[in-house]
This record gives sequence, C-alpha cells and structure tokens, in this order.
Amino acid sequence: MSERRSAAAADRLPVLKTHKVYVGGKFPRSESGRFDRALTPDGTPIANICRCSRKDVRDAVTAARAAQAGWAARTAYNRGQILYRIAEMLEGRSGQFEALLAAGGTAPDETAAEVQAATDRLLHYAGWTDKFQQVFSSVNPVATSHFNFSILEPMGVVGVLAPESPLLGLVSSIAPAIAGGNTTVVLVTGSQPLPATTFGEVLNSSDVPGGVVNMLTGRRDEMLAPLAAHRDVDALLLCSPDPDVARSAEIEAVHNLKRVAVRPHEDWTDIQSPYEITDLQEVKTTWHPIGS
Amino acid sequence: MQSSTATASFESPPIDAVGVEERVARLCSRSIKKDAKLRALHLTLSMIDLTTLEGADSEGKVRQLCAKALQLHAALPDLPHVAAVCVYPALVGVARRALEGSGINVASVATSFPAGQAPIEIKLLEVQKAVEAGADEVDMVISRGRFLAGDFTYTADEIASVKEACGEAHLKVILETGELGTLDAVRRASDLAMRSGADFIKTSTGKIKPAATMPVVLVMLEAIRDHYLRTGEKIGMKPAGGISTAKDAIRHLVMVRETLGQDWLDPDLYRFGASSLANDVLRQIVKQRSGIYQSFDDFSM
Repeated sequence: MSERRSAAAADRLPVLKTHKVYVGGKFPRSESGRFDRALTPDGTPIANICRCSRKDVRDAVTAARAAQAGWAARTAYNRGQILYRIAEMLEGRSGQFEALLAAGGTAPDETAAEVQAATDRLLHYAGWTDKFQQVFSSVNPVATSHFNFSILEPMGVVGVLAPESPLLGLVSSIAPAIAGGNTTVVLVTGSQPLPATTFGEVLNSSDVPGGVVNMLTGRRDEMLAPLAAHRDVDALLLCSPDPDVARSAEIEAVHNLKRVAVRPHEDWTDIQSPYEITDLQEVKTTWHPIGS
Repeated sequence: MQSSTATASFESPPIDAVGVEERVARLCSRSIKKDAKLRALHLTLSMIDLTTLEGADSEGKVRQLCAKALQLHAALPDLPHVAAVCVYPALVGVARRALEGSGINVASVATSFPAGQAPIEIKLLEVQKAVEAGADEVDMVISRGRFLAGDFTYTADEIASVKEACGEAHLKVILETGELGTLDAVRRASDLAMRSGADFIKTSTGKIKPAATMPVVLVMLEAIRDHYLRTGEKIGMKPAGGISTAKDAIRHLVMVRETLGQDWLDPDLYRFGASSLANDVLRQIVKQRSGIYQSFDDFSM
C-alpha cells in the first residue's frame, strides 16, 4: 500500500503556485502578463512569480494614494492594534515562513529565529505608533507672543526598495513606514520573493486596509526608476548596500524633491528604533498667536 | 407643432443588446499609443464641455472654472482650449463675461434640469432667459415620465418648442438614458430627438447612475449614423457623466471613429460633458511628454 502511494507521488506533476502581487488589498497578476520562476539556490523551480512592469508601479501608487488619507486618519492606537494583529497572523503561519526561508537558502537552524525576530519587530512598532508623537513633538520657546509647537505628520506615499533580507528586512522596512501613517509601494527583493508574497497574504488577513501596503515582485532595475521619479510618491526608503543603486534612485527623486532615506544594512537583526519612524515623517510647526 | 404627425409615422429598429455589448468589447480592446495617443488626448481636451452643475455653484466658482477653461495648464501653453463651459441658467451671464472673445462657448442647462418636472411654459421661459443671458448652447432634458408612458407625441412637441425658443443657440437634448431602462428606449428617444430638431443628443444629466455607458453611447451613435444616411443631416453627440479618465475618453473616440467616421472627430459634432476628465487628460499629456508619472496635486481644480 505504502509502495503504491509513493509510486503515485513520484509520477505526480507538482503544482507550482503562482505567487500573485499584493496591490490595493487584492492579488492581481502583473498587468504585463509576464512571470518568472522562483528558484531554490540549487536551481530547482519552486514557484512562479509575477514580473511586474512600470504600469504595475503606476497602479500600485494609485492604490497607495487612495488609501493614504484614510490610513493616516486612523487613530495611532488603532494602527498599533493592526500592526499587532499582523504579528499575530505571522506567528500563526510561522511554520510556512520557516519552510519558505529554508527553501530560499536560510540555514535550517536559523529560520525559526528569523520568523520570531520579524514577529517581534512588528510588536516593537505596534508599541511605538501611539508614543513616538509624544517623544518627538515639541512645544518650542519663541520670543514673540505665540504658542509655537511642532508635530509629526506622515510623508504620504513611501516607495520602498526592500532589503535582500527576505522576511526580517522586509518587515523592518515596511513596519516603521506604516506605523507613522504612510502607505507604501514595496519593490520586493528578486532573489527571494516568496516570503514577501506570502507576507502579503498575512497582511490581507490582518485588518490592514487595502492599499496601505502594496508589494510588487519582478526585476527591480526596471521598476525602481519609474517609482523614484513618480511625482505622486512623497518619500523613498532605499534599502540597498549598493551606493550606485541608491544614487541613481536619488537622481530620479529630484523631480518632486522626495525625502530619501538610505538603509545600507545587510544584517537587520538590530535595526529597530523610533527614528526609523521619524525618518518618514514631516515636521509641521504651527505659530498660534496668544495675548501678551 | 407639425412634428407630432411626422413622429407618429416611424419605427425605430430593435436593438440587439448582446450584439452591442460584443461590439463595444471589441472596440474597447484597441490599443492607442504614443503619437496617436497624444493626438487623441489633445482632441479630447478640445471636445470637453467643462461643467459645474451643483446647488452650491457661486459666481466665484464659475469664474474659477472659466479661468481653468481659458488656461488649462500654465506649464503647457500650446494646448487647445475646451469647447464650452456648461453652467446653470442663473450663472450664464457670469460665464459669458469671463469667456468673452475667447472662442469658448457658454452652454446652459435649462428646462428644469435635471428632473424636467415643470410646466412647459416655465421651461420655455428658462430657455429664453438663458439665451438672452448669452448662452450659445442649451442642454434640455426630455420629460422621461411622459416618454416612458408612451406619450411620444408630447416629447416630440416639447423638443420642437424648446428648439424654437432657442433661436440661434444650439440645442442639445438630454435623454437621461439611466432612466430609460432599455437600449430600445434609448434608440427610440434618440430618433425622436433628432427628428424633432436636436442639434446634439446627449446621454445624461450626470445626476443619475448609470450615465454614459459604452453600449448606450454606441446605440446613440448608430441612431445618428442612420439619421445621417436617411437625411444627410449631421447630428452631434455628447456623452456626459461617468467619463473621468483619459483612457475612457480615448475608447469613446475609437467608437465614434468606427461608427460615424472622421467627420465626427470634431468639437462641432462630438463633446464630452465632464468635470474631472480634463485634469486626467492633462496628467496623461504631461506623462506622455515627460515620461514621468504625474500627481493630481500638480493640476489646478
């Protein structure tokens, strides 16, 4: 009996999942219709992934822009709840993520720690959503009869060039951006995209409104320039150790004077701090006249 | 009122709704790129009736809209101007003064827009007042209640008397296709309007959904074509309501070109009634010229 079963298993054609992209709370294919094979380090195909085009970038920015005002209008407390919810859902699917990381080449004894670190990172920023404003806002002493204060506001739509680190790096770049009320268009790493596309499924079941996180897979050299130049993108978070990549994106970013933050880290284990949030915030200072 | 006897003696052909859907789907699959797209975008701008029809419209709002019509985008001085500015009768004078000498027409809705539920005397007086205040074009609504009840003679007479009240002004007849129910009714109303003196037939008021859907527009275009083949008279077409993207507009142009031919690709015979379409077209033109995706923040209201 068991022999027959294993013979059948050997004959069976494997079903390669097509990992679709996550845009506007939906899972469309690339508008271009193109796809690539995702491979293990030894070259075995394990899935199909969409090779997105600049038009997918355009659509993702439209979705991010549409979601931005509503996301920023949520209470900070509610954004914290939702980030915590993402952590809960990620924890629940930790086995799947460990398997994906192992298939992508992470050492088997490190996968569990990586998924836990990613979950803890979400908790970290879930806690900061309703606290960074108190820490970084200020009432400013001025010499005139004004009540003068500075508060932080989200930049708006943030383009993210995600780190090579397929899960911890990805989470560490997205979480601080959305914790502060931004929406994101994320260009996922080409070397190991499967944890990211699966993380899209986690986001979709975590009360994250559609359009807050949009993730595109494919060849990032054809998507980065249109994203960096797009006039409806307000800031860029460039997680790349290659100074030429960051530089070329910064040149495209001058069209509308985007804020550019560069993160050259390769190891994301210790990259968590409220400054990751404030780097994607704009300071608004108000002068309010008062009687003398 | 001779038209009543004339209208009683014709039958509109029945419409094959499935065939219309298929034809529309095929026309919508055309891909218009590069230079052809840029030309289509410019043509679209020149066909727009920039419209504001809100209860909250003020003189300031209309002056602002006219300023936008006169200069669509400061960074692109070589653009064509829009065809007309469309307002309520009470604001025609304001628009007239703001657009004097620009070549942009002033259009006014009338006949108790958008419902059309007023005595005929009042409707005619409204038309007369709009024309006196300087409207070049009048957009009337038909009495859908009477039309749906089968009182075609009343509808024909109504259109004919409004046409008479218009004098020199062009008459656009709004069928409000969203309330007509079937494509057969749309075809009949189109034929009725054209035979009763309409210079343009127009889909909708913009107050009712669905408005200018592609199948409805195709049926109206075919009615215009048949009218032209029968009488040699070129009637204009104006889809209005729900066309907010450049992509939609280009699809409409493809449909017009394929149904009526090159002659109708002209602001004298084809218009878009829209408020937000112009900015999307501008955005696409700048994208097409610069290669960079644009933000709505860069375009004035």
